[in-house]
Amino acid sequence: MATASTDGALASLRTRFEGPNTVGNSRGFWVAFLVAVAGLVVYPAFGDAGQLSLFLVLALLGLSLSVVWGYAGVLSFGQVVFFGVGGYTFGVVSINHATPSGITAAVVLGVVGGGLVAALMGYFMFYGGVRDVYVTIITLVSTMVMHTFMAQTAGSEWAIGDAALGGFNGMPAIPLLALGVDEVFTLQLVRNTVELSAPLVGAVEFDLFYYFVVGVLVSTYLGLRALVNSDYGRVMVAVREDEDRTRMFGYDVKRVKLVVFTLGGALAGLSGVLYASRNIFIDPQVFGLTFATLPVIWVSVGGRTSLLGAVVATVAVEYLRVTIQGEWALVVLGVLLLVFILALPGGLVPWFEGLRERFRGNRADVPGEAPDAPTEVTDS
Amino acid sequence: MSADDAVSDPAVRQNAAQLATGDRTDTLLQTDDLVKQFGGFTAADSVDFAVEEGELRCLIGPNGAGKSTLLKLVTGALEPTDGRIYYDGTDITDLAPHERVARGISMKFQVPSVYSDLSVRENVRLPVQRFATGDERARRIEAAIDAAGLAGYEDVPASALSHGQQQQLEIGMAAALDPDLLLLDEPVAGLSVEERDGIAERITRLSEEAGIAFVVIEHDTDFVGRIADEVTVLHQGEVFREGPIEAIESDPAVQRIYLGGEGDGAA
Repeated sequence: MATASTDGALASLRTRFEGPNTVGNSRGFWVAFLVAVAGLVVYPAFGDAGQLSLFLVLALLGLSLSVVWGYAGVLSFGQVVFFGVGGYTFGVVSINHATPSGITAAVVLGVVGGGLVAALMGYFMFYGGVRDVYVTIITLVSTMVMHTFMAQTAGSEWAIGDAALGGFNGMPAIPLLALGVDEVFTLQLVRNTVELSAPLVGAVEFDLFYYFVVGVLVSTYLGLRALVNSDYGRVMVAVREDEDRTRMFGYDVKRVKLVVFTLGGALAGLSGVLYASRNIFIDPQVFGLTFATLPVIWVSVGGRTSLLGAVVATVAVEYLRVTIQGEWALVVLGVLLLVFILALPGGLVPWFEGLRERFRGNRADVPGEAPDAPTEVTDS
Repeated sequence: MSADDAVSDPAVRQNAAQLATGDRTDTLLQTDDLVKQFGGFTAADSVDFAVEEGELRCLIGPNGAGKSTLLKLVTGALEPTDGRIYYDGTDITDLAPHERVARGISMKFQVPSVYSDLSVRENVRLPVQRFATGDERARRIEAAIDAAGLAGYEDVPASALSHGQQQQLEIGMAAALDPDLLLLDEPVAGLSVEERDGIAERITRLSEEAGIAFVVIEHDTDFVGRIADEVTVLHQGEVFREGPIEAIESDPAVQRIYLGGEGDGAA
C-alpha cells in the first residue's frame, strides 16, 4: 500500500507538469529527465564545468524567449536588453556593496530590474496597441539604443558610487556570486574549483557555482512547465493562436501579454545576473546585434513551443559556436537559422516528438495489437 | 434620411433612456445612433439596432452592408466613431471586450479557428476555466460538448473534425460562457445541407433551453426562415428593414438591393 500511495502522490505531482503544452508527458520522459539531471551532476568529473555553466546560464535566456515568443506569441529581439539590465544592475550594486548581503540584494535587484524594464516596455507596446512584427522591430531597436548608450559611458562622470560603467570597455571587477546575510549565514558560490574534504572520499573537487546554476535551471524549467500547463498557460497559448478569439472568451489579452513579457524580462534579468557574476565582467556587447540574435536562433532550432528545446538547443548551439570560433561560427549560425526556418520551422524537439508519436501511432494501428493504453493517471 | 427612421426613433429613444436609467425592459441590447467610419467609408451609419431578451434575430444584407462591423462594435473589437451601445440596462460603449464578455455577450467568428492541436475537451476547457473550477468545471465542459453535439468526440483533436463539426465546436465554446447574447457570424457558410440542419438544431435548442438571445448573420434565406423570429436588413451601413422573414422576403425593395439595384428606403 505504501508503494501505491507513493505512486499516487508521484502521479498527482506529475499532472502538474504535464499537459498539451509541453512534450514529454510520459513516465519514460521523466526517467530520461532524471538521468539527464544526474548526468549534469557528474559532468564536472569528465568535462569543463566552467564552460558548461556559461551555456546553462544562457539557457535561462533561451527559456525567457521560449515563454514570451513560443507560448505567448510575442517575438522579442529585446530579451538581451533585460539580460544586460540585469547584469549591469547586479554589477553596480554588488561593486558598491561587496558583501554577501549586498551581493544577494544585487541578485534580487538585477532580476527586478530586468522585469521592470520589460514591464515598462510591455506596457507602452501592448496597451499602445502595438502588435505582431512591430513588437519585434521595437524590441530590436531597443537593443541598439542600449548598445549605443552603454558604449558611450566611458568617462568618469558615468560612475554610480564605486562602479564605473566603463563605456565600450565594460565593467570589470564584478564580485563573484555570494548569497546570505552578513554575519549570520553566507555562501560563496565560486566558479573556480575548490577542495572540500569529505569523509571516506577524501578531497573532492566541487564547483559550487556550477551546481547552483544547475539547480536554478532545473527549477526554472520545472516551474515554467507547471506554468504553461496551468490554466494561465492555456490562456497564453490561446493568445498566441488567436488574440481576438481569446478576448471573446473573456480574457484580458493585453494584460496576459504584459504579465508574460514581464516574467520573461525577469528571467532574462536572472540570466544576466548569473552571466555577470560568472564572468566577473559585463560590457555593451550583450546589447549587440549578434548577441540579440542568438536567443532567436537557439529557440528556433530547439523549437519555440518547447521549453526543453530551448534548453537543449542553447547548450548545443553555444557549444558549436565555441568549437568553431571566429567569423565562421556566425556564418554557420546564419545557415543554421535559415535551414531551420525553411525546412523545420517547428524546431528539433517538436519534430522529434512528432516522429515518435507517428511511430507509436503506426504500431497501434497494427491489427491484433492493443492500442495505447492511457498513460495518464488521474488523481482522484 | 428615410421615413423608417421617423417611425422607429421614438421607440429607440425610449429603450435607450430606460436602459440608461436601469429601468427593467425586455430589451437586452440597444444601439443608439451608432456610427463607424473607416477613413471616408461609413460602415455603420446611425444604426439603431435592438435585440429583445431570448430573441432569435437574423442580420441579413448584401456584402459590405456593415453586418460584421455592427457585431464587432457590439463586442468591442471595434470602437464606434459616434453613438452609444446599451446592454442589459447599462452603457457598455467604453468597456473593453473582455468586460463585455463578463456581462454576457459572446461571439463566434466567421472562420472557425479552433485550437487544432488540442482535443475537443481541451478546446472547450478554455472558455469554461475562467469561471468554473473542480467538479463544476468538469460538468460544464461535458455540458458544452453535449450542446455542441460532439459527445463521443471528446478526445479527438480539433484538426481531425470536419468543417461542420468545427463550427459546432465553435458554437459550443461560445455557449459554454453561459451568455445572454450570442453573436454568430455566418455559422453555416460552406456547409452541406445535413450540416446546416445540425447547426440550425443547435441554435434553436440553445435558444429554447438556455434562453440565449441570438444575432445571426446569414445569407441563406431558407436557413434564416428556419431559425429566425425576426430579421433585420442592413444596407449601406443603415438599418433598411426590420420584420418577420416572410414580410422581408416579399419586400421588393429588399429584393432590389440584393440584386444590386439602388433600393432607396422610400420604395
